[in-house]
Amino acid sequence: MAFLIIDRRQQGKQKSAVNRQRFLKRFRKHIKKAVTDAANKRSITDMDRGEEIAIPRKDISEPVFHHGKGGKQHRVLPGNKEFVRGDRVKRPSGGSGGGGSGEASNQGEGLDEFVFELNQQEFLDFMFEDLELPNLVRKQLKDSDAHKLIKGGYQREGIPARLNIVQSMRGAKARRIALGGAIRREIAALERELEEFEAKPDTDNQRREITEKLERAQRRLNQIPFLDDFDLRYNSMIQQPIPTTSAVMFCLMDVSGSMTQDIKDLAKRFFVLLHLFLQRHYEKTEVVFIRHHTKADEVDEEEFFYSRETGGTVVSSALELMKQIVQDRYPTDSWNIYGAQASDGENWQDDSPKCRDLLVKSLLPLVQYFAYVEISSGKEQELWQTYSEIPDQFPEHFAMRNVSDAADIFPVFRDLFVRKSL
Amino acid sequence: MNKKEPIIEGSDWTFDALEAFEEEIGRIAADNYRLDTYPNQIEIISADQMMDAYSSIGMPVGYHHWSFGKQYLSTEQRYRKGHMGLAYELVINSNPCIAYLMEENNVTLQALVIAHACFGHNSFFKGNYLFREWTDAGAIVNYILFAKNYIGECEERHGVETVESLLDSCHALMNLGVDRFRRPRPISAQEEKQRQKEREDYLQQQVNDLWRTIPTKEKEPEEPWQRYPAEPQENLLYFIEKYAPLLEPWEREIVRIVRKIAVYFYPQRQTKIMNEGWATFWHYNLMHDLYDEGLIGEGNMLEFLQSHTNVIYQPSFDTPGFSGINPYTLGFAMYSDIRRMCENPTEEDIRFFPEQAGSNWLDTVHHAMANYKDESFILQFLSPKVIRDLKLFSIVDDESESTIEITAIHDDQGYLQLREALADQHNISKQEPDIQVWNVALRGDRSMTLRHLQQNSVPLDEEDTKEVLKHVHRLWRFDVHLESLRDEKLHQIYHCNDEKVWIGSDDSDSKTS
Repeated sequence: MAFLIIDRRQQGKQKSAVNRQRFLKRFRKHIKKAVTDAANKRSITDMDRGEEIAIPRKDISEPVFHHGKGGKQHRVLPGNKEFVRGDRVKRPSGGSGGGGSGEASNQGEGLDEFVFELNQQEFLDFMFEDLELPNLVRKQLKDSDAHKLIKGGYQREGIPARLNIVQSMRGAKARRIALGGAIRREIAALERELEEFEAKPDTDNQRREITEKLERAQRRLNQIPFLDDFDLRYNSMIQQPIPTTSAVMFCLMDVSGSMTQDIKDLAKRFFVLLHLFLQRHYEKTEVVFIRHHTKADEVDEEEFFYSRETGGTVVSSALELMKQIVQDRYPTDSWNIYGAQASDGENWQDDSPKCRDLLVKSLLPLVQYFAYVEISSGKEQELWQTYSEIPDQFPEHFAMRNVSDAADIFPVFRDLFVRKSL
Repeated sequence: MNKKEPIIEGSDWTFDALEAFEEEIGRIAADNYRLDTYPNQIEIISADQMMDAYSSIGMPVGYHHWSFGKQYLSTEQRYRKGHMGLAYELVINSNPCIAYLMEENNVTLQALVIAHACFGHNSFFKGNYLFREWTDAGAIVNYILFAKNYIGECEERHGVETVESLLDSCHALMNLGVDRFRRPRPISAQEEKQRQKEREDYLQQQVNDLWRTIPTKEKEPEEPWQRYPAEPQENLLYFIEKYAPLLEPWEREIVRIVRKIAVYFYPQRQTKIMNEGWATFWHYNLMHDLYDEGLIGEGNMLEFLQSHTNVIYQPSFDTPGFSGINPYTLGFAMYSDIRRMCENPTEEDIRFFPEQAGSNWLDTVHHAMANYKDESFILQFLSPKVIRDLKLFSIVDDESESTIEITAIHDDQGYLQLREALADQHNISKQEPDIQVWNVALRGDRSMTLRHLQQNSVPLDEEDTKEVLKHVHRLWRFDVHLESLRDEKLHQIYHCNDEKVWIGSDDSDSKTS
């Protein structure tokens, strides 16, 4: 019997990928809502995973004509235990009465929701859909100084490391053929002549003469260099500007006594979202944590979120430190800089004007975007009032929002980064 | 008999082992059991690929549609959560017969699958009369490829969404895309491609002709009112393909594609029990023969028996999660019982099966495989012993009664009744509503009237019917009515126009609404 065994395992795993995308596209409204809900509910550390999405089954059903309930329905069932003919039994409540055809019973299995798993990538896609990083374009095109080298043909001069052997040898061969053509023709002619004379007697002299000529021609041919300087070809590399693809995100948080753990949690949610969002746009994202009370420190993540300090609040210290770090480590021509400041809004009264000046004069010109999130449930605080003039001056680079509980975080985040209509 | 060396020990499979199994099983199947098969093409795939294959309803190359994505997602979800295992195999009715084997399976399962799919299903595809008449195993892969490419082209030309919603509508009517009483012509991809072009040109013309409104003479002789079509048409998709007034040629072609695919799957829908039973019956016998010859070891045999037992497990009706009669169980029990009654007939067998009892069992099972579909197979071969073993009983759930009646159990009075009831349960034309094209108002508003004949007063499911009618409307593009008749009297009437679907439940005046 003829047969064939084919190993298909290496072939595309995702034949259904297109269909999956179509499904997601078709039900994007449902999925989006589920994702937004999930994003609001999720604990702060696990934004970065997929999500189980449930869609009402009736919304995605593919209807066919089938029998409904009612009428007289016959069924044959297996596993009789005590029934005898003519028995009458109560109708089971959870409708096994349905149509009985395959499809009907599949759907009638009591699941009224279609549940499936959205993977992490898809989850984030939906979560950050319609959002964009402000001012990203400007940065990429105009200010980008970073370059990469791309191949741009061949050139005659270059460093040995870029020697293109194939091109060089090809050129050399062509040159050898071109230069040697005449000589080779001459040699061929002489050889023919020599053969003719060899057939005839008494032609030693002529033969010697021709042999000499032949040897001379052969020497001339051999003098054509195998490889000459001007055969050499080098790969030409062209510098092409590349968009800056690294970003640094500054998280600034007040850790003075007035910041409770709850407020810090809210702040963290915001920072986490921002971090995820940046990660999607940049190849490389760094995070700098700056916490402050009366004095600012750069700390690691653990300390940033969990250590407690007490004391007064001098916000300008943090801004000062941020400016310092930017100048030291993150030149603006290669880094997109984002700042996010979370605070309960309290500040040393004399310090607030200083903060504003620092922001306006030193920081805002450096950063792509600076967001201030005030976490307070009551009236506007000191810092809010001071900052409130800035958005008018820098509408593209500065935004501030108030957040009072966890459910606000995602909407506020969306609001900050929503794609502006063109 | 001298025992041979086992082909392989342990649980990991190798390509050599698969080849050896194919050869040995093929030898036994052909020499001892006269199983006639298409050549086999065994493809090893991963679990992901299996889910892919699943979700495109078993077509080796499916066109793109969101519903296949939905299928995939739900399969994936249930698989990952462990709610279900993937099928061990998937086999395609094609020539060569393509069988997918999953790489995760151990060697015992692979042998089982080869016996089950490559020889069981394969010989069924080649031997059963429905498959012989309705499908063309040699052409199907090419045809589906043609369909995929054509639909892809349409998506490029007319937009993904347009094509997708057209497919939605066609899928909704897929079960009504078959001429149950007429044989289809065999399909060939080559021919299709050629004819498709011609059709595109002519069809539109033809249809326009049908609807052409020529300002004719003022007075036409009054013709008696005639229905169109003169006879009710059961093949709704065909009717739409040919007569829907406003479909573009490419839309008609897609309707046709879905119709052709429906035809291809039609035999499978009618032979679930026979097909699975046949394959199970043979894997059981073939594996035992391998064991008897010493080609598989004891450990693997035990493993096989366990898998086999799982396959034919039939939960009783009151088990949570009961989902009807397991076709593997019923089919396997029936074929095994045919063999038993041929080899060791009892007095009862002789009474019930005077012709078969005591005959050559191989002839009889081959005959039972080749010439029946589920309904007639059950009617002919369901024996009292199988009914007793499965403890079958039948119920009648009558809307007008407060309780369910047990109408028959596995006793002398019940056998024939159960047999008939079970056969009905596998009769597609009884399980699916009988809906036909009744009339098209050629001279009026071009509305189409469908007619549903209720059986046993079972009505249509209202919600879904409304949805399907919207799909019919999308294809027909004019008003659609559906009359549901109970005992030849109008019971319900559905209307569907551009905006909405509603039910007028009285029969006052269906024509004017």
